[in-house]
Amino acid sequence: MVEAYLPKDLDECLKILNEKKVKIIAGGTDMLIQNRSHTGMSIGYRNDVLYINNLNELKNIYEDDAFVYIGAALSLEKIMESDIAPKLLKETILEMASPAIRHTATLAGNIGNASPAGDSLVSLYLMDAELEIRSINNTRRVFLKDFIKGVRKITLESDELITKVIIPKLMFEKAYFKKVGPRLSDAISKLSFAGAYQIYNNKITDIRIAFGAVNVTVVRDRLLEKKMIGKTIEELKGMIDLLTSWYDPLIVPIDDQRSNKVYRKEVAINLLREFIENLI
Amino acid sequence: MAKIKFKLNDKFVELDTDPNRRLLDVLRDDFNLTGPKEGCGEGECGACAVLMDQKIINSCCTPLANVIDKEIITIEGFSKTKKFEVIKDAYAKTGGVQCGFCTPGMIIATESLLNKNPHPTDFEIKIGLSGNLCRCTGYNLIIEAVKEAAKAGDGLW
Ligand SMILES: Cc1cc2nc3c(=O)[nH]c(=O)nc-3n(C[C@H](O)[C@H](O)[C@H](O)COP(=O)(O)OP(=O)(O)OC[C@H]3O[C@@H](n4cnc5c(N)ncnc54)[C@H](O)[C@@H]3O)c2cc1C
Ligand code: FES
Ligand code: FES
Repeated sequence: MVEAYLPKDLDECLKILNEKKVKIIAGGTDMLIQNRSHTGMSIGYRNDVLYINNLNELKNIYEDDAFVYIGAALSLEKIMESDIAPKLLKETILEMASPAIRHTATLAGNIGNASPAGDSLVSLYLMDAELEIRSINNTRRVFLKDFIKGVRKITLESDELITKVIIPKLMFEKAYFKKVGPRLSDAISKLSFAGAYQIYNNKITDIRIAFGAVNVTVVRDRLLEKKMIGKTIEELKGMIDLLTSWYDPLIVPIDDQRSNKVYRKEVAINLLREFIENLI
Repeated sequence: MAKIKFKLNDKFVELDTDPNRRLLDVLRDDFNLTGPKEGCGEGECGACAVLMDQKIINSCCTPLANVIDKEIITIEGFSKTKKFEVIKDAYAKTGGVQCGFCTPGMIIATESLLNKNPHPTDFEIKIGLSGNLCRCTGYNLIIEAVKEAAKAGDGLW
């Protein structure tokens, strides 16, 4: 039978990670479904498992001048209720799953799952989120974009745990997340988009564009964004066809039954168009 | 195997079992609580919904390990409360129950929503019930039921 480890605190948790080969479970909303055995009863985990959702040290949220720090085991609903979580993140979470799932699922779990359709990833990439990762002897900090390497591929050593999601405090004129899917909730997104910008003296000083579920991982291109900085809103609107042609080759949805590639690509480009057309 | 303690329908319970088991199976098989049902088994329908620390969760995607020291209330436990009476009457009055398969889950979702937000708007009700599927009523009657419960039970939540 698969062993289940139930550490009392973070120290014990890191010790177990150091000594045993285990798979981490936070809320379990991905893990239970993905490992469901159709014969009924027990879940078909391939490895021993380590439960982290009872660790209070991973359930806090706090800020300093530059960042908001979100504990790995804090539920999505608690993040949404917090006064200090970034507005864009809260709006994104509201579009994820249902209240029942949000009460147990975590942000670190959405990251650990590394699905191309992971909704929070789109907004987190847009905000240049980082992770704090710990093992028994080491604490490191890494950008989310460098942590996720592909579909379900992350750079986490077997003795490591994500302990915090760290988000820079940013000022945007406007920022939004949009998800195109069949139902209000519970739709693993067909496609998602996040856009944000800042202007000063009628010139763009910061502009960020990210797409989810249109490639193996979130699409965000900083070089293309740089080319838009310094332009006026009117100039950007005037070059909208050129802008969409820049992004076109980056949007290569992996095909599955949920939606066909052509449809996804069309919707993605339309979301970009809408974002630029609505700049004010 | 591990000793798992939690509070279930107002009683402290302790069992020696595999923490990997789904809460749904433990409720049904070990405690004979058959109100929570397996609909989809993958978090999409809400038939297995229960309250954990007063908030709705799906027991089909909750491992028993995550329930340690928490308070779980199933529809059986909730049906002994005044709030249940108000919600039940509201569903009966507005016609929010047809075949009844989704009803225990809908009532749990209603309670969880009103606990957090005693006077929800239509939009907030839609979000609050968004994890519960109903094949019969087309949802409008259920939204009416929640509004009716909020009105009739004013001051309870
Ligand atoms: C019905 C339903 C609807 C859903 N809807 C959406 C949706 O709309 N959008 C969306 O993006 N997702 C959705 N999901 C997927 C899922 O709920 C999210 O990915 C959630 O954020 C996972 O969090 P969790 O804590 O439950 O993860 P778990 O299942 O506990 O873990 C997920 C993965 O992350 C790893 N992990 C967890 N915590 C850590 C950590 N601290 N350090 C390292 N690795 C870790 C685990 O090992 C595992 O590989 C849905 C799921 C269901 C069942
Ligand atoms: S059985 Fe749990 S949500 Fe459908
Ligand atoms: S009343 Fe039949 S499923 Fe809702």
